[in-house]
Amino acid sequence: MSQPDPKNVSLFVTCVVDQFFPEVGESTIRVLRRHGVDVEFNSDQTCCGQPAFNSGYWKEARPLAERFLDMYEGVEYVVMPSGSCASMVRVFYKELFHDDPTLLERAAEVGSHVFELSEFLVDVLGVNDASESEQSGTPSRVTYHEACHLRRELGATTQARKLINGTPGVDLNEMEQSEVCCGFGGTFAVKYADISGAMLDEKITHIRASGADAVVACDITCLMHIGGGLEKQDIPVRPMHLAEMLDKGAV
Amino acid sequence: MAEIRTKEFKTLAADTLGNDAIQEHLKALYSGFNQGRLQQAAATQNWEDLRDRARRVKAHTIENIDHYLEMAAENVENAGGKVFFAKNSEAATKYILDLAKQKEVRSVIKGKSMLSEEMDLNRHLAKQEIEAVETDLGEYLVQLAGQTPYHIIVPAIHMSKSDVNELFHENLGVDPHAGVEELASAARNELREKFIQADMGITGANFLVAETGTLVLVTNEGNGRMSTSMPKTHVAIMGMEKIVPSMEDMGTFLRLLIRSATGQRISSYVTMVTGPRSEIEEDGPEEFHLVIVDNGRSKLLADPHLREALYCIRCGACLNACPVYRKVGGHSYGWVYSGPIGAVVSPVLTDVPNAKDLPYASSLCGACKEACPIKIDLPRMLLYLRSEVTEGNTDSSRKKSSPIEKFAMKAWQVSVGGPSMMRLANLIGRLVQLPFARNGRLRLLPPPLSGWTRHRSFPAISSSPFRSRWKKGIKP
Repeated sequence: MSQPDPKNVSLFVTCVVDQFFPEVGESTIRVLRRHGVDVEFNSDQTCCGQPAFNSGYWKEARPLAERFLDMYEGVEYVVMPSGSCASMVRVFYKELFHDDPTLLERAAEVGSHVFELSEFLVDVLGVNDASESEQSGTPSRVTYHEACHLRRELGATTQARKLINGTPGVDLNEMEQSEVCCGFGGTFAVKYADISGAMLDEKITHIRASGADAVVACDITCLMHIGGGLEKQDIPVRPMHLAEMLDKGAV
Repeated sequence: MAEIRTKEFKTLAADTLGNDAIQEHLKALYSGFNQGRLQQAAATQNWEDLRDRARRVKAHTIENIDHYLEMAAENVENAGGKVFFAKNSEAATKYILDLAKQKEVRSVIKGKSMLSEEMDLNRHLAKQEIEAVETDLGEYLVQLAGQTPYHIIVPAIHMSKSDVNELFHENLGVDPHAGVEELASAARNELREKFIQADMGITGANFLVAETGTLVLVTNEGNGRMSTSMPKTHVAIMGMEKIVPSMEDMGTFLRLLIRSATGQRISSYVTMVTGPRSEIEEDGPEEFHLVIVDNGRSKLLADPHLREALYCIRCGACLNACPVYRKVGGHSYGWVYSGPIGAVVSPVLTDVPNAKDLPYASSLCGACKEACPIKIDLPRMLLYLRSEVTEGNTDSSRKKSSPIEKFAMKAWQVSVGGPSMMRLANLIGRLVQLPFARNGRLRLLPPPLSGWTRHRSFPAISSSPFRSRWKKGIKP
């Protein structure tokens, strides 16, 4: 039996990256290519369905989830620059399709081929020293925010840190409570904006205390939330997706 | 049933967010109990095995709950105790009030019991002119203040020392500047009298061992032991899910419960009571009554999606781990149980339409599931309840989502229906955001998105989304 070639990857870029942070998608492509991966992009892709599913609108989420299954069935490696979207497919599709054995089986099969970017780089490609970016004169200090779904649904707690530590010119200054939610939670941040805002304030306090110049995470939605707060409060700490850091360094 | 204020979640949460003193107390739950649990877990060699084993035992017990409840009842009766099955809190309350009348009870001492909060038992006893005194110190403080417990394990976590000074000054005449030891000794003196006078002791149950009919109580103050042994009549009330099959299981559950609750290896007291005082025993009550209460739990049992909520051993670890609980505190949840477990069980026990805000009061971060010693999948159940709220899968009366929200979801669904719709949505979005966008950021949005921009800015929709960049080719 021959092992499937991890050099062929289909990128699911996620709807938020596509529409709001396209540069993260570009960085993801460049990082994967630098590791010799041939990246495909199926331009029929839209969204995994998570926003509706998380808000309780399962009927609205289902057609999107089925669409995802149709698109990626048979693909060996689907890589996403998001732990949250990867969790949706790998973990929560099973919940969404709990009453349909056929879809449930398909979801389990497709889900087993889905990887978040840092998982794919470290666990599948075996990357240790990730970046080819130039060593800068003074190392940039970054701190790492653990995205909730990446940590608790996918169980990936070490991969991103390994990649950050392996990046020349970058120092990881761990913040306190890096594993505590930033308060985003999708529609939670709108429905309960003030509770979410209070959680964000606490996260920002820890980010500042770390003394880092940039906060790195594997999920753009956390960074959209954290970055929105940093911007609102005029705090000069840069939110940075792991893909961008690996692509360009932290300077 | 206790008063249900679950509909007031938003206002109660806003009050708590604005209370700086309480915010500090809540913050300390992370460095205190939460870290304590983590340290104990790390220091316990087979922690993960214990969690898995406990989960298996609970799953098995709940699947066979009829069998184990019958076994427990038989063994309690064999030990000389009496057992009453109560369908709801009213039936349980009536049994206790009738018994109190029959025994001419005038004062009751109470061990900690969340179920008695469900029943609002103290108020019902007071109506019959029976004085019921809480003997857990935290519960005592909360009772003096006319409040309900703020946290399953630490009921008065929201009170500061000066709050206690004020309370003791007003109620017990203690010097308003008394130190902690003085306050503790005032409470001890006051409670000691009550223990001696009481005609009846009422306690909850941490566990009931089916094979022996043994009630297990975990406390740090010894008040549970005094409540079970000093008065002539002891009544234990328990939710039906507190049953465990064998004494051997206690080794697993006591380790998990205590380490997860307070970060101790063992609590100061673990009390095991099997029936009333026997002929060869020197102390203990003359009568022992066990009241096993359903009060909506069979609704959890009947729904395979929610059944594992009955695995809960009420350690409070999910509250301490929850970043939302650490902001909104216990009272905001509006009913007996708070935090993630409260957000799951309150809607079911009080009926979903009453508590539709609770399943949404979570960022779904999963810290609760990570902390739960029984690995209860709380986020999954919150998600399921959200779908119950919006779609009412099992009961049409549960449909409760707002028309605006429904419309927004439909519009979103259409916009991500396919690549061409997404291109169109991108165009519309960029037009709509025009009046709000400056330097690629949206800093002030109208309702319902104004809440977002109160605390954070929002990125503008890109005029060249990834899909068009891909088409042009990504530069190396």
